[in-house]
Amino acid sequence: MNFETIVGLEVHVELKTDTKIFSPAPAHFGAAPNMNIHPTDLAYPGTLPTMNKQAIDFGMKASMALNCDVARVMNFDRKHYFYPDNPKAYQVSQDDRPVGANGWIEIEVDGYKKKIRIERVHLEEDAGKLTHSENGYSLVDLNRQGTPLIEIVTEADIRTPNEAYAFLEKLKAIIQYTGVSDVRMEEGSLRCDANISLRPFGQEEFGTKTELKNLNSFNFVRRGIANEVERQEKLLLSGEKIVQQTRRYDEATGQTVLMRIKGSANDYRFINDPDLPEIVIDEDWIERVRAEIPELPDARKNRYVNELDLPAYDAHVLTLTKEMSDFFDETVKAGADAKLASNWLMGGVSEYLNAEGKELKETPITPAGLASLVKLISDGTISSKIAKKVFKELAENGGDAAVIVKEKGLVQISDEGTLRKVIGEILDANEQSIEDYKNGKDRAVGFLVGQVMKATKGQANPPLVNKLLLDEISKR
Amino acid sequence: MVVNKTASELQSLLHSRELSVKELTEATLQTIEEKDKTIQAFLTVTGPEALAAAEQLDNLPDEKRGSLFGMPIGIKDNIITQGIKTTCASKMLENFVPVYEGTATERVKDSGMVVVGKLNMDEFAMGSTTEHSAFQITRNPWNLDRVPGGSSGGSAAAVAAGEVLFSLGSDTGGSVRQPAAFCGVVGMKPTYGRVSRSGLVAFGSSLDQIGPITTTVEDNAMLLSAIAGADYRDASASEKPVPDFRNALTGDIKGLKIAVPARYLGEGVQPEVREAVQKAIGVLESLGAHVDEVDLHYSRYAAPTYYVISSAEASSNLARFDGIRYGYHPADAKNLNEIYLRSRSEGFGEEVLKRVLYGTYALSAGHHEDLYERAQKVRTLIAQDFQNVFKEYDVIVGPTSATNAYKLGETIKDPLTLYANDLLTTPVNLAGIPAISVPCGFAEGLPVGLQIIGNHFEEAMLYKVAHAYEQATEFHKQTPPAGEGN
Repeated sequence: MNFETIVGLEVHVELKTDTKIFSPAPAHFGAAPNMNIHPTDLAYPGTLPTMNKQAIDFGMKASMALNCDVARVMNFDRKHYFYPDNPKAYQVSQDDRPVGANGWIEIEVDGYKKKIRIERVHLEEDAGKLTHSENGYSLVDLNRQGTPLIEIVTEADIRTPNEAYAFLEKLKAIIQYTGVSDVRMEEGSLRCDANISLRPFGQEEFGTKTELKNLNSFNFVRRGIANEVERQEKLLLSGEKIVQQTRRYDEATGQTVLMRIKGSANDYRFINDPDLPEIVIDEDWIERVRAEIPELPDARKNRYVNELDLPAYDAHVLTLTKEMSDFFDETVKAGADAKLASNWLMGGVSEYLNAEGKELKETPITPAGLASLVKLISDGTISSKIAKKVFKELAENGGDAAVIVKEKGLVQISDEGTLRKVIGEILDANEQSIEDYKNGKDRAVGFLVGQVMKATKGQANPPLVNKLLLDEISKR
Repeated sequence: MVVNKTASELQSLLHSRELSVKELTEATLQTIEEKDKTIQAFLTVTGPEALAAAEQLDNLPDEKRGSLFGMPIGIKDNIITQGIKTTCASKMLENFVPVYEGTATERVKDSGMVVVGKLNMDEFAMGSTTEHSAFQITRNPWNLDRVPGGSSGGSAAAVAAGEVLFSLGSDTGGSVRQPAAFCGVVGMKPTYGRVSRSGLVAFGSSLDQIGPITTTVEDNAMLLSAIAGADYRDASASEKPVPDFRNALTGDIKGLKIAVPARYLGEGVQPEVREAVQKAIGVLESLGAHVDEVDLHYSRYAAPTYYVISSAEASSNLARFDGIRYGYHPADAKNLNEIYLRSRSEGFGEEVLKRVLYGTYALSAGHHEDLYERAQKVRTLIAQDFQNVFKEYDVIVGPTSATNAYKLGETIKDPLTLYANDLLTTPVNLAGIPAISVPCGFAEGLPVGLQIIGNHFEEAMLYKVAHAYEQATEFHKQTPPAGEGN
């Protein structure tokens, strides 16, 4: 490669406040068109914005979690443009005094760690939604109008598509931990645009950038950037110039496609919004919000590795979502062995959730339930095979593993007398196998163990069966 | 007949139940019907709604009667009234009926008042003659060939003509005070933030205030007490407690320190106006006030500052009128651009279009810093000037307008007069401070207004001075001749 890739991301995150940022209408998804609206959202004359303090709290919380300086004085600005999804013909946003600035997050990718700087985090209102119908009319739904957003703008610190992916994964985890957003790309509560340019290695000046939109998953972000880098590289190598433009990623072809060429920059005619007086944030406010931020993924990861002796990989996977990490912590607190609990969460539990298309909180599985299962495995009460059966029961009906094991008579048989009796019966019925074993066919033992397990409905303690079986054979 | 009685006389008749609200409302509607044929102050008269409200009020027990029980009031047509057409005197909102109530009108109703109609104005409050109304020309009751002033011309004319005793106007650069002066009534522009702007169709959001227009200072004080105060619907509404402003009406202004800016009586001020105001200052001195001349240096830049800021904010506030969700919509428009272009160029009148263009220009890249940002800096200097004066003085006085009411259709071309007019009223809005206009005599048979300006949230002081002056003179008792214009 002859060129260095330069990428900056602009990420919009929808905040899950109860009401909209400047009106008392509910800020929830899923209502019929134009049902979650207030005269203010329709920009009726004479209406004024009212400030939703929860949105400010959420903006501050996200800023702090992203290591930003939080503004002590901030205000809102009007950004003017005409479009039917923008009823006031201005969007209320933050121009020169955003809620957060100068932050960073650390990513780990392809074996190295790197800090990606965050230029700013600002609060703003979302626009409505247009549906273009076939008869030439467009339908305007203003339910989303006024939903609070934060826009997170990175410095142009990202150098590879994988770094972009890692950044988004980390950003999503952090925001999700703070609880200010569901950060679901598929629901539109996280949206990402990428600014991409190339420059010859060693050159300080940035090349001309293009803006890439319609990136609907983290994978598409990665592929979109890779494809755009390839396109720009070809152009540059053939001596052509990059034209500043907005492009969209086409999921079907995997290519980026021209949307519009940017002329001179849009003139948004920013003014301070006179309807929203300056907001002064004092130390008490900052401390109150700071106290609400939970332990974040990096801190948890370190704790899992250093205090619970988990492998780094386990720690990474377990901390991807707060839900999983909280569940793990609770399970360990309930007395489960950390590594076994981790194995189950990353293994059986995840497999089950994937197969069912469910989230942890949608199942009756509890940390106490999983801990009871793990404990029964640790102390040898049940075999891992039985454990799978018990888990199925836990996943479907909830409850306590010990109770399930007892009720269903699934306790592992470790009583030597009982086992020797069963083994004796199996050996009596399979003299040929004993013969085979004595002639050096080790496989025969496996067959015999299987027969014992079958006879005990899988409840026999397998290592013990193995040991006793050899002992009994040697007696014959 | 009830129509010639004062508010307090009417209130005592209502309280003794010698008069019912319904009777008063009927009489008021009849007066409006008679007088408004010539005055043309009302755009909408809400007869059935007013009578229904009156009947409800008559059924209230004594203890539930509000502070302005039964009093009829007219509302400027840029103040939202639920279920009643609110047009801003614009073709753009010709058929607009709001589904929500504004705060000021809600409080007017809570205090027991009866809304009898909506009053004419310059379109979207842009103008100073009410001639920029898209619908009708309102006449000055003192002389039907003269304008009532503006933009709250309908509100001032209706009170001056005795159609109603109370009205609400709005003041962005003088729009309550100047028509009050032209029509010989009392008009108050409260401190920015004193009255909620929720329900006021925005013109210049950082300048706009709703203000009461009445025949006496006492009535004015009562109406402001009723509508002022904190409001969760307006983030710029102050949480400062609202006193009963009537308590300030002591008549005692002994030892008060009054400042008179030299510029306020300088070039461009009509000699008869100057004379009337100087006499009024003499009256204040005779009541025991000390008067000194002062300089308000930066007020000389008030006009350009005001026009840049108010037009810039107007261009932003009026952008929402896009013909899509409400308002004028060209039904045969074929695409989005055509809807935007035609709804705005056909729905807005010339003065509004002009200001939207000014404002858009002032905010455009390349001019933003030179015009808009510079105007904001000058605004700060103008406000500081006032603060310096208020360190030593209780109030500032001067004329409200440089001249008496203009002739209908007359364009004021004398730059000195234009300059003097803007100098007198707009700095008050730029500084966010309160000011009141009270009648102080006549110039060529037309009323002259004395403007009294105070510091932030000092409305009580203004009412005190205005009331003392009013009680020492007879001007407020004079009513317009019933005859035709000349």
